[in-house]
Amino acid sequence: MADQTQPAGNAAVVDAGRVPTVVVDDVHVIYKIHKGATGGTTPVSALKRIVSRTNAPNIREVHAVKGVSFTAYEGEAIGLIGSNGSGKSTLLRAIAGLLPPARGAVYTQGQPSLLGVNAALLNDLSGERNVVLGCLAMGMTPEEVKRLAPEIIEFSGINERGDFASLPMRTYSSGMGARLRFAISSAKKHDVLLIDEALATGDRKFRARSEQRVRELRDSAGTVFLVSHSISSIRDTCERTIWLESGVLRMDGPTDEVCDAYENQK
Amino acid sequence: MANTAVADPESGLTRAQLAQRYGLRVAGERPPLAEYARKLWAYRHFMTAYSRAKVASSFSNTQLGQLWQVLTPLTNAAVYYLIFGVIISQNRHVPNFIAYLCTGVFIFTFTQSAALQGTSAITGNLGLIRALQFPRAALPITVTLVQLQQLLMSMVVLAGIVLFTGEPITFRWLLIAPMLVLQSIFNVGLTMIMARIGSKVTDLKQVMPFVLRTWLYGSGVLYSVKLFEDRLPGWAATALESNPILVYIELARYALLDSAYPEHIASSPLRLWTLAVTWAVVFGVGGFVYFWRGEKEYGRG
Repeated sequence: MADQTQPAGNAAVVDAGRVPTVVVDDVHVIYKIHKGATGGTTPVSALKRIVSRTNAPNIREVHAVKGVSFTAYEGEAIGLIGSNGSGKSTLLRAIAGLLPPARGAVYTQGQPSLLGVNAALLNDLSGERNVVLGCLAMGMTPEEVKRLAPEIIEFSGINERGDFASLPMRTYSSGMGARLRFAISSAKKHDVLLIDEALATGDRKFRARSEQRVRELRDSAGTVFLVSHSISSIRDTCERTIWLESGVLRMDGPTDEVCDAYENQK
Repeated sequence: MANTAVADPESGLTRAQLAQRYGLRVAGERPPLAEYARKLWAYRHFMTAYSRAKVASSFSNTQLGQLWQVLTPLTNAAVYYLIFGVIISQNRHVPNFIAYLCTGVFIFTFTQSAALQGTSAITGNLGLIRALQFPRAALPITVTLVQLQQLLMSMVVLAGIVLFTGEPITFRWLLIAPMLVLQSIFNVGLTMIMARIGSKVTDLKQVMPFVLRTWLYGSGVLYSVKLFEDRLPGWAATALESNPILVYIELARYALLDSAYPEHIASSPLRLWTLAVTWAVVFGVGGFVYFWRGEKEYGRG
C-alpha cells in the first residue's frame, strides 16, 4: 500500500508508460582467473608452494566492473560501448545472472537471455538438431519447436548454399554458426535479451535482417542490450547508449550524444 | 530527497525500492527446492533430446559407429575373463564364472561411468551454461540418461551371455527392472554430487581413477563375494557387503544367475533389497539437494 501512494506526485506521471525491466544498483564484479602455467611448472616448485603455504600464483583477481548503476525500461534498446577489456561483456553476464556481483545487486524482470558468440551447442550434431536442442533448452515445448524450427533455419539463411542444416555444426564457417545461434536465441520472446557481439560476424544481408529482428523484439516490449564495437550498428538499432571505460560508467544517454563523445575522444 | 542513491530523482525511490515496486527479482537467484524441481520437470523434453543427441554423436567419428555400444562391453568382459578366468583361474569357486563376471563388470561400469562423467557434467558444458539459463540439474540427469541407454545395450549382451552359458530363464529375471531403477536413482544422485564437487575441485578428475579402482576391488566384481567373509574380520566383511555397488551387483546376480543362488550371493535377498532402496533414497534425495544448493555457482569464474 505504502509503495503505491508514495510516488503519487509528479514522478508517477513521468513514469506512467515506463516500466523498469533491469535495475543495476552499484554493481561490482570481481572474478578469479587461472593464469595457466606461469613461473615454476616443475613438481618441485609446486611442492614448495604447498609447503610454504603461499597461494597458487596462477590465480589472480580481476575487478572488472566497478560500481555501475543504471535503470533500463521496457521497449528500450541499449548499446554498450567501450574499448576492449572495459567490462562490457562482464556486465552483461552479471545481468544474465551468470556472474555474481561482489557488491551491489542486479534486479531483472523474468529471465534475461545472453546471446554470445561462443554460445556453442553441440558441434558434432547437425544444425537442425541444434535448433531443436537450443529451443528446448530455452524452455519451449516440443510442439512449439516443431512449428518454429523451419522458420529458424530459414531466418538463419544457412541453407542458402545447399543443404547445410543437416551437416554437423563443426563444418560451419564462424559466420554461419553465429547466424544460426542468433536465429535460435531470437526465436523466443525474451523480456530481456543481451546480445554480445553476435551480429558482427554475419554478412551485410544478415546484419540488416538481424537488426530488423532486434527492432521487433524491442517493439514487443522487450529490452535489448547490444554490445558492439561497430558504432554504426549501435546507431542503427539503439536509441540509448552506455559507455563503459575500465569498469566505470563514463556516460549514459541518447545514442548520438554518447557515440559522438566516444568517437571524438579517440 | 532524503536518499542519496535515488534511481529516479522525481519519484524519490532507491533502486532497490524501484525494483521491488515492479516485482523485479535478483538476477541468478536460486529458486526454492520445490519450484526448482517443477522447473526441472518442465525441461524433461530437453533432457531426453539432449541425451539422444549425445548418444548419436558419441561414436560419430569412428568407423564402426554405434556398433561400439555392443563391442565395448563385450571386449571388457573378454579381457577380464582372460585374466581372472583363464590365467588366475578363479572359476573353481563359482560354477558359471563367465556370466558371474560379466554381470559384475556391466553393473559396475554403469556406476563407475556415472562417477567419472559426473565430474565433468558441469565443466564439460560451460558453453551451454553460460549461454542459457535452465535448471543445471538437467545436465547430470542427462549424463545418467546417456549411460542408461548404453547400459540397456550391455544388458542385451549380458542376457545373451547368460543364456549362452546355460542359465535357465526364471521369473527372477523380472527383478532386474526394479533393481536397475534403484541403481539409476543412486547414479543420478552420485552424478550430481560429483558434478558439484568437480565444478570446484578440478583436481578431482586426477584422483577418480584410483578411487574407482579401489571401489572395483571392494565390490566383488572379479571374484566371489564369499572371499570377503573367508579372509576378512567380520566387521570389515559386513561393511564391504553394504557397499552400494556390491549390493546392486549381487541383486543382478540373484536375478539372472540361477547357479549362483544361494551359495554365491553375499546376503539374503531381503537385506539386499533393503540396502538397495536405502542407498537409492539417500543418494537420490541427498544428491539433488546438495546439487541444488550450489545452483548459483555453476558456470562462473
